[in-house]
Order: sequence, then structure tokens, then C-alpha cells
Amino acid sequence: MADEKVLTNGQTRRAEFVIEAIVRVLGFSAIGFVTLIFLFLLREGVPAFLEIAPGNLLGSRWYPTFGLFGMLPLILGSLLVTVTAIIIALPLGVATAVFVREVAPNWARGVLKPMIEVLAGIPSVVLGFFGMTLVAPLIRQRLGTPTGLTAFTGAVILAYMSLPTIISVAEDALDAVPKSYRDGARAMGATEWQTIWRVVVPAARSGVVTAVMLGLGRAIGETMAVMLVTGNAARMPLTLDSLFRPARTMTATVAAEMGEVAQGSVHYHVLFGIGLILFILTFAINLTAAVAIFQKRRRGGLR
Amino acid sequence: MNGLVGKTRCRLHRVTPSRLLLVAGLFVLLVSWSLVGCAGTGQQTGTEEGAAQAIENKGSDTLVNLALAWAETYMDQHPDVRISVTGGGSGTGIAALINGTVDLANASRQMKLEEVEAAEANGTTPIEFVVARDAIAVVVHPSNPVETLTFQQIADIYTGRITNWEEVGGDDRPIVLLSRESNSGTYVYFLENVVREGQGDDQALFSPGTLLMPSSEGISAEVTENPNAIGYDGLGYVTPEQKVVAVSDDPEGPFVLPSVATVNDGSYPIARPLFMYTAGEPKGLIATYLDWIRGDGQRLVPELGFVPLE
Repeated sequence: MADEKVLTNGQTRRAEFVIEAIVRVLGFSAIGFVTLIFLFLLREGVPAFLEIAPGNLLGSRWYPTFGLFGMLPLILGSLLVTVTAIIIALPLGVATAVFVREVAPNWARGVLKPMIEVLAGIPSVVLGFFGMTLVAPLIRQRLGTPTGLTAFTGAVILAYMSLPTIISVAEDALDAVPKSYRDGARAMGATEWQTIWRVVVPAARSGVVTAVMLGLGRAIGETMAVMLVTGNAARMPLTLDSLFRPARTMTATVAAEMGEVAQGSVHYHVLFGIGLILFILTFAINLTAAVAIFQKRRRGGLR
Repeated sequence: MNGLVGKTRCRLHRVTPSRLLLVAGLFVLLVSWSLVGCAGTGQQTGTEEGAAQAIENKGSDTLVNLALAWAETYMDQHPDVRISVTGGGSGTGIAALINGTVDLANASRQMKLEEVEAAEANGTTPIEFVVARDAIAVVVHPSNPVETLTFQQIADIYTGRITNWEEVGGDDRPIVLLSRESNSGTYVYFLENVVREGQGDDQALFSPGTLLMPSSEGISAEVTENPNAIGYDGLGYVTPEQKVVAVSDDPEGPFVLPSVATVNDGSYPIARPLFMYTAGEPKGLIATYLDWIRGDGQRLVPELGFVPLE
């Protein structure tokens, strides 16, 4: 503090300039890195789509050591696990956000918010191990599935992992609803519940959509926990009971096989091809989220 | 990461300078650290003579515990030698040997033709050494009444023709197939020497419903916990909580349980050699170390559940 007072106007300005320059370089380098990563993925991944017959790529059998590169079970596996995770996490997340933001007394909010942020910091491998040793046996015994390592187990763990994201973003959205909306609703005789459910939550709808999109992005890219609990069997999830059977996701496939693959081989390119598909999927999801945020800003945080 | 995106959006205006400075600081640290790291490795490869007392050893996860035991014992006897051992899988170790980043690659399978070609394209000829042998045990839950399985039955189970334990003399339960990931040397050996052998079909593949576990621990956890499960793994990884099944490649028997004795007398049918590869004929310390492994070092082998060379 004392030092700051001694600084002359000119020094402050110079310091300001340096800091601004650093920030600018860092900002642009982030864009540069993403572009380079994308180019790298393209360079390594595109050959896969040229080397392998489309019929093989769209087949239902993933058996890369013997030249069967059917990606459908992996893509469908990822979608099954991710979408189920969001279906579980959405109501829980939005309800928690509403509770923290609208219902909980101040002291409880002070405890809950940091706790939720701690939840986001649990390493995924810890959650995966927890899922493998505790959740999976429970699911096998309670639901009577042949094994507890199922798509559903993965979805439960993923839902738990995407909850902090959904809660924080949804809470921000609720926070952005002007006080006048609540006052207006109360003035018209609405109960607290009616105010929350009919006025505040609908007003924050686009923010909730953003929350879901970001949670989805988090879930589809998650690897370690999913690899430990889904059983990694590359079967087509087409039957009704598929949710309670093992599944193999794209991320787990890349993680499990990349370490062993001969560099430059077809298998190597296919794994990068899967990375490319994942990249495009997450990009699309985040873009949707960004559009939702943009629309919200334009409308002053409201619909 | 996406969580942060959401959160920072709202707080950015309050904490921008300090947070960005922190990020900038971390970034600078990271960059300088990685530069120093590069300089460090550059130096190591530069002074080939000085590094003669260090051995880099990498590869098969099956072999990693044994390789560690060898390295530790050898370093105790020769305090001036440094041996670093890492796992990652047979292919990882072989790739590192081809790229010249390790001196010794551990492998639970033989090098593939394309890998030998890649090494030769890089100007080295890999030399193979058998360092120990390993039995692959077929394991089930301790409560499973099944005691014996023929190759034929194992093949039918793993290709998905038999899906209930009742068909092989067990309880009326679905069979849950466990396997290592397809990058594992154990997996390749089991597929080629048990499943295809038993099926009499050299194109047979594992059933799509097979659970591919990322580690040996994954297999033992599921076999210990799930009465429906069947798995296979190196004898060194079998814990007392799993039940080992006696196997036979002949439908008439005899059925044999895996052990050092049954592997050595050749009666246990699922046993394989474990390899170390060097880039070119080993010289100096590496040659001495390999001689020691194949000589004195063999007494460590049974302690880790593997079978020593005769």
C-alpha cells in the first residue's frame, strides 16, 4: 500500500501499459492454442476417414486390433451416458440453485456455495473409484443387473460431476432476475412458491439452458470416471435394457487405447478421428451455450 | 473447466487484474519450467558417456512390478547405477525404444512386424531377451461352484455362445465377461492361444458384451465383488479373494491349476514368455544388467508370482 502511494502518475501509466500488454498477449495466445490444437487434430484425425472404408467406420463392431473400426457403438455409448447424466442432473441442479438462491437463509447460502464449489474440485478418478467400489455393487444388487458396471452407473457419476457446473450457472441466472420481478409478483399476491416457479425460474430460462449446455459439455468430455465405471464394452446400445448394460464411450476409448497404439498407424489416426468428433461435439455444445448467453445479454438478462 | 467459464463470467469485473496476473504468473512459470525441462533432457542425451551409468526401462504393465524389483535389488548391489522403471503397456515401451528414449523395453508380447520395421527405419535392430515366464489364470468369484473349464468352454464363453453359468455346471446366473483392454499383451495372448484355439477358428473375436477393464485392479475388483463374473489375468495379479479355475486344452482333461511347478513341467497350458528388448546388441551396463536378470535376478521372479527361466 505504502509503495503504491509513492508511484508517480507516469509510473502508474507505464505499469498499466505493461499489464495490458501481457493480458492482450495471453488472450490472443489462448485463441492461437485452440486453433493449433484443432489443426493438429485435423492433421492426425482426417487420414482415418480417408484410409478406412465408410462402411467399416459406420459398422457396429469396434475391434481396432483386427481392423474393425465401427464407431457407432462408441458414439451411441457416449450419447447414452451423457444424456442420461443430464436427465438426472438437470432437476437436481436447478432445484439446488433455486434453493440456494431463493429459499435458503443467508447463513445456509454461505455454507452451501463453497461446498458446491468444493464438489467441483473432486478429482474425477476419485469419483470413478468411488463409483467402481460403492455405486456399482449397489446397482448390481438393487437393480439385479448382471454387472454393476453399466451406462447407468456412469451416468450417475457424471450427473454428480456436472452438478456443480449446472448449479453455479443456474444460480447466476436466477441472480440476474431483477428484484422488481419478485416485488411485482408478491404485490399481486403470489405466494413465495408461485413467485419462484411462475416468475423467477421462467425469467432465468435462457441461463438454465446455458447451465445444461455447459454441464453437457463437461459430461461428454469426462474420461477417467467413465472409464472406471461403465465397463467399456463396445456393444450397440439398441435394446431397451441398454442403459443397465455396459457401454463404451469415445473418451474412454481414446484414453485406453492411445498409450499402446503404434504411431502413424490406422488405429492411431482413428483415435484422433474420435478426438475430432468429440471436439466438434463439445464445440457445438459450447457454441449453443454461448448463443444462449448472448441472447440473454441482449435482452438485459431476461426473456 | 466449463464450470469456471460459467462462474468467472459474473465475477470477472470484480477480480480481473489480480486473477489475470495470477494466470499470467502461472503461465510464465509453466513456460520457463518446460524450457528448463527441455534443456535438461538435451544435456542428458548430449553426454552419452556420462549417462552410461543410468538405464531407462519402460513398458508392459504385467512386467512392471518385477522390473522394479530387479532394478531396486540391482541398485542396492551397485550404488553407482541408476535404473528408472515405468509402465504404460508393452506397446508404449516398444514405441519408446523405437524413438530412442529408453534403453530397455518390457513387453508381455513379441514385437509386431510393423514395429520391427519402424525400428529398422529408425536405424536400430531390436534384440529380444526372454526374462521370465507368466501363467495366465482364469478367475471367478469365490462363491462360483465351477471348478474346471476346457479351452472349448472358455472360448464359447468369451465369444458369447455360452451366456449362462448353468451351461458349464454352475448356478443359473448370467455370465459377465471381463477382459483387459485390447492394448494389453495379456489380452492378445489370451485371444490367440485360448479363445481361437478352443474355438478352432482363427478369426474368432471376443463378444461385444465383454467388459474391457483398464487395469488388473479393475478385473480383481469386479471378480471379487460380482458372482456372475469371469476374468483372466497374470498369476502375479491373482489375489486370495478370487477363485482360480483349473483348465485343460483337452476336453478329457487333465485339469491343471496354474503354479510355478505346473508351468515349469509344461502341464499348465496358458503360459507365455515375458520379454525385454534392447536397441541393437546390448553393450556395457545394459548387457551386464540383462545377464544379471537372466542369472541371479531369476530368484526374485517367483516372489512376484511369475515363473523363472529354467
